[in-house]
Amino acid sequence: MSAEPTSPAPTDGSFVAAALSNRSFVAGLFITGLIAAMALVSFVWTPYDVTQLVVADRMKTPSAQHWFGTDHFGRDILAMIMVGARNSIAVAVVAVGIGMGIGVPLGCWAAARGGFVDEALMRFNDLVFAFPALLSAVLITAIFGPGAINAIIAIGIFNIPVFARVARAGALSVWPREYILAARAAGKGKVLITIEHILPNIASILLVQGTIQFALGILAEAGLSYLGLGTQPPMPSWGRMLFDAQTRMMVAPHLALFPGFAIIVTVLGLNLLGDGLRDVLDPRLRRER
Amino acid sequence: MIPFLARRLLTGLATLLLASVVVFAVLEILPGDPALLMLGMNASPEALATLREQLGLNDPVMVRYVSWILGLLTGDFGRSFTYSSPVIDLIAERAVVSLPLAVISLLLSTAIAIPVGIFAAARRGKAADTLSMGAAQVGVAVPNFWFALILVYIFAVWLQLVPAGGFPGWKAGLWPGLKALILPSVALALPQAAILARVTRSAMLEVLGEDYIRTARAKGMPRRHVLWRHALRNAMIPVLTILGLQFAFLLAGTIIIENVFYLPGLGRLVFQAITQRDLIVVEGVVMLLVASVIFVNIVVDICYALVDPRLRSNA
Repeated sequence: MSAEPTSPAPTDGSFVAAALSNRSFVAGLFITGLIAAMALVSFVWTPYDVTQLVVADRMKTPSAQHWFGTDHFGRDILAMIMVGARNSIAVAVVAVGIGMGIGVPLGCWAAARGGFVDEALMRFNDLVFAFPALLSAVLITAIFGPGAINAIIAIGIFNIPVFARVARAGALSVWPREYILAARAAGKGKVLITIEHILPNIASILLVQGTIQFALGILAEAGLSYLGLGTQPPMPSWGRMLFDAQTRMMVAPHLALFPGFAIIVTVLGLNLLGDGLRDVLDPRLRRER
Repeated sequence: MIPFLARRLLTGLATLLLASVVVFAVLEILPGDPALLMLGMNASPEALATLREQLGLNDPVMVRYVSWILGLLTGDFGRSFTYSSPVIDLIAERAVVSLPLAVISLLLSTAIAIPVGIFAAARRGKAADTLSMGAAQVGVAVPNFWFALILVYIFAVWLQLVPAGGFPGWKAGLWPGLKALILPSVALALPQAAILARVTRSAMLEVLGEDYIRTARAKGMPRRHVLWRHALRNAMIPVLTILGLQFAFLLAGTIIIENVFYLPGLGRLVFQAITQRDLIVVEGVVMLLVASVIFVNIVVDICYALVDPRLRSNA
């Protein structure tokens, strides 16, 4: 967090060097990499089978056999957290993908066309932002049925105006540049200019926003699953594990500890990565969060 | 200032109208017959037909939309069939829990975050800055419902200082009521405070780099005076933006926290209404919350204009 930009905006060649000297970026990359690796490993190996219920081993405290203990069905919590990571990451990635895939073209279109299209996009943004995101996500998942797919859609919809706004603002600042004028003079159309010149110039702010939305997506998925509206059992998810832990706090507080840590570490890693990227890619860019 | 206000109000109203169409349309396309839900699976076809007629379910969509909107405008939100009481009464009953919860959380988060943010900015790069911003970075990552569980374990289960959940009602007295809201508001406030502290710090740093701050210091103005009078006022815009967003979030975002603490607030009302398909309640609460978000945004914009006269003309 406190790693201040020490060097001016790097050119392409020095990006890696600048990134590696940014403490925030390195810490964030390390943590995010660790979580991603954990999710990948869970496809081929987990310490125990997460579908295996061993009633005799219910709610064991952490030990050499079960590092993080076991849950109320005797399942190994470490294994559940590993599989849960896969699930959280998948939901957040697709939700960010929906937001970027629809929001960025919309924002670029509005910036290129201006006038009515721009005004309509801004009003659409106002409309979506008027709906409290969490409440609407609850509404969508409850109405269309709980489950990971609907959770992804519910979270993704609210990413659309975020990316549309960031892309529009970025594109609007690039359009008046001289090289855009040169490209137009050379007879290039607006679509081609957007693809060849606008997008590469706003890629860095989109990347930074992407990591922020990724972290928010992880939190939102955990919240929905905690309410029973996200990922459904028997598929383990961090939010659901916290829900199951709540009624057993008196007897087994460790049940709530580890899924919570998993969420915090993941979100922290992504936020550090986002901060670091922002500093490295554009030191002049303001930190808004 | 007046044209600015008028334009802002007008766009706000247009958004609200559009939102009402969306809410109505979404709930309209839902499967499920309200009459069947109210009378149960064993109801006779005649009874169902009569009730549909009474509820106006046979009217064309446009007629029902208009009568719903007119009802909202005159304070008639319809009747809930699961609680068999007017929706407006249910909302009033629940708002006395949710509103104080939101206000206390916001006050708590502001009281922590703004001093911490200013303090960190004033000691930029020193240990105090690194430490407080490190804590804020972690705070942002903490899901409030997990934090709530930990608070319940420490203060309700272990130390037994406050109740673990439930709400005695304000009739039981001010203190028992407030006591039930302490843990929920702390759980809501801390992650919010972490975000706000970071915003305050970066806004202050931005302003502290300006020429007029150096001029003020060069004139011999005391450091504290420069920090609180000159810098803070100019750093208020981003801080206000986040405050407005957070208040809107708190009004509706208490839905999970109210479930953790079994608080009979608006979030829990709407959550239960959704699962029971009590759509008239869902419509009413959602519209009310959307209206409050729009209202808060207008208030924030007016605050901008008050803080910074330059924004009055072109916002």
